[in-house]
Amino acid sequence: MSTITAEKQTAPKAPAARDGGEWRRTPSWLYAVLFVGLFLVVVPFVWMLLSSIKPEAEVRAVPPTWWPETITLDNYATLFTKLDFPTYFLNSAIVALAVTAGNMVFCSMLGYALAKLDFPGKKALFAIVLGTLMIPGVVTFVPLFVLTTNIGLSNTLLGMILPFLAGPFGVFLMRQFIQTLPDELIQAARIDGAGELRIFFSVILPLCGPALATLGILTFLTSWNNFLWPLVVAQTEDKYTLPVALALYSVGQNATQYGLLLAGSVVVVLPVLAIFLVLQRHIMQGIAMTGIK
Amino acid sequence: MDPTRRQQAVAAWALALPFVLLFAVFSLGPVLASLGMSFTDMRRTDIRDPLAVNPVGLDNYVQLVQDPLFRKVTLNTLLYLLLGVPATMAVALLVAIGINRVERFRGFFRVGYYLPVVTSIVAVSVVWKFLYRDNGGLFNTLLGWVGIDGPGWLDSTTLALPSLVLMAVWRNFGTLMVIFLAGLQTIPQEVNEAAEVDGASGWARFRHITLPMLRPTLLFGAVITGLGYLQFFEEAFVMTKGGPLDSTRSATYFTFDQFGFGNYGYAAAASYLLFLAVVLLTWAQFRWLGERDDATVKGAKK
Repeated sequence: MSTITAEKQTAPKAPAARDGGEWRRTPSWLYAVLFVGLFLVVVPFVWMLLSSIKPEAEVRAVPPTWWPETITLDNYATLFTKLDFPTYFLNSAIVALAVTAGNMVFCSMLGYALAKLDFPGKKALFAIVLGTLMIPGVVTFVPLFVLTTNIGLSNTLLGMILPFLAGPFGVFLMRQFIQTLPDELIQAARIDGAGELRIFFSVILPLCGPALATLGILTFLTSWNNFLWPLVVAQTEDKYTLPVALALYSVGQNATQYGLLLAGSVVVVLPVLAIFLVLQRHIMQGIAMTGIK
Repeated sequence: MDPTRRQQAVAAWALALPFVLLFAVFSLGPVLASLGMSFTDMRRTDIRDPLAVNPVGLDNYVQLVQDPLFRKVTLNTLLYLLLGVPATMAVALLVAIGINRVERFRGFFRVGYYLPVVTSIVAVSVVWKFLYRDNGGLFNTLLGWVGIDGPGWLDSTTLALPSLVLMAVWRNFGTLMVIFLAGLQTIPQEVNEAAEVDGASGWARFRHITLPMLRPTLLFGAVITGLGYLQFFEEAFVMTKGGPLDSTRSATYFTFDQFGFGNYGYAAAASYLLFLAVVLLTWAQFRWLGERDDATVKGAKK
């Protein structure tokens, strides 16, 4: 999106740039600097991956080896057979998918109402939802724990999901997007006799693809990485999500098994890196859509 | 109300209802309950009967202000914010300006530098704890090559917190980089060209064109980064357990600990003080960065 705007601005000026505009010519050292910077940014990931396939003794070697002398998948085997990483992985996936689906449905419904419909209480509702955007999660977790305990949801996946099912960020994003859709669409549908709910489901929603994709991906990533609330809710190992399991192992009895912990980090990080690399366009759009107005 | 408007209002509330219900029960309710709880002596033993607790007025807050550990975690949190926000913004701005000036690999760089942002803080903390190791860690091995005997980064009361900040900068600058990049692209090239014709140096153009025109974007970046850093917790939980000697224990960590001890009223009060800090920070940053804004930006736009 932003690349397109940039091209629009530079394209007609291209000849002038060749003539002289000294500041716009790209010096080649800049490429070098940017590549070195990028290398520094990805080094921790490379180090994590390479260490995770070394035997424990080599992981601890001083000085460390860069490329593994012996390649082994033992660490991963331990995670998935001796430890219960398949369960943690499944828990993380269930929670993240449910939270994502909920936000896509509920936030687009409210986002449409706030963007295009007139109703008493609209301004107050929007103000309240926006106001909670900056409330830290730490403010709500104690009463939430009391609540989930009393309705029988402590130590359940549902207890992890429900509090995150309807977030203010999604409402804000969907409202911003739906506002850009022309009012004529809705008026035409009304003239054709479509009911208000039908207009939302069959006229508006099909046009929300890009915004829904952005919301879906961002919500999934946030939920997958979420830590504090799952840590509070999960009381037995079979309810751990990946970050909870990894964090508790890393400070518990497995604290010194570096190879194992690094392999665990790979299991947490790799799926989101893959999702991001495939779908990064939508994420960049989302940041531009909500961040820059 | 005429029938069509009435219909619209009914439909709007029908669409809003599921969100509003979930939101009221799981967000707004707890925010208010937390405030109420902070004025009581609620403990874990009251969990089944939360309304039967005793009001204690401002006792929890008074106790917090006098609690040496709470003072310490407040200081740690502020230090984290004061070190982290400028560093993150500076790195993000440098990278954004760099990427904005190249013609090729733009998308590639943008995606690459953004990678750490999407990863779990818990997972990257495990990795960085390994990189920071005293013997055989990546940092100290590299320092060893140039003859420096690196310290135990996470074992030192003075170095542990800055070490966490360094990781946070690495983890978070990508978000701001993307936002700044979009901001840079809204600056018309004519302005820079005109300044260049008038003989303005690169630094002068940065100082008098880029910075003022980017001010709203910088403000937004400072606020969202600050909000995140005020709540830091996971990196300390994994890398240092709040130590050594509580030097990396944060306000969120303190609240989590008090919750763990069963002191629910006390924990709620601590979380509300953090909330207050969040509100103050947002307000202050808008005042501070927003003020001079209008005149300069309007002037530059003409």
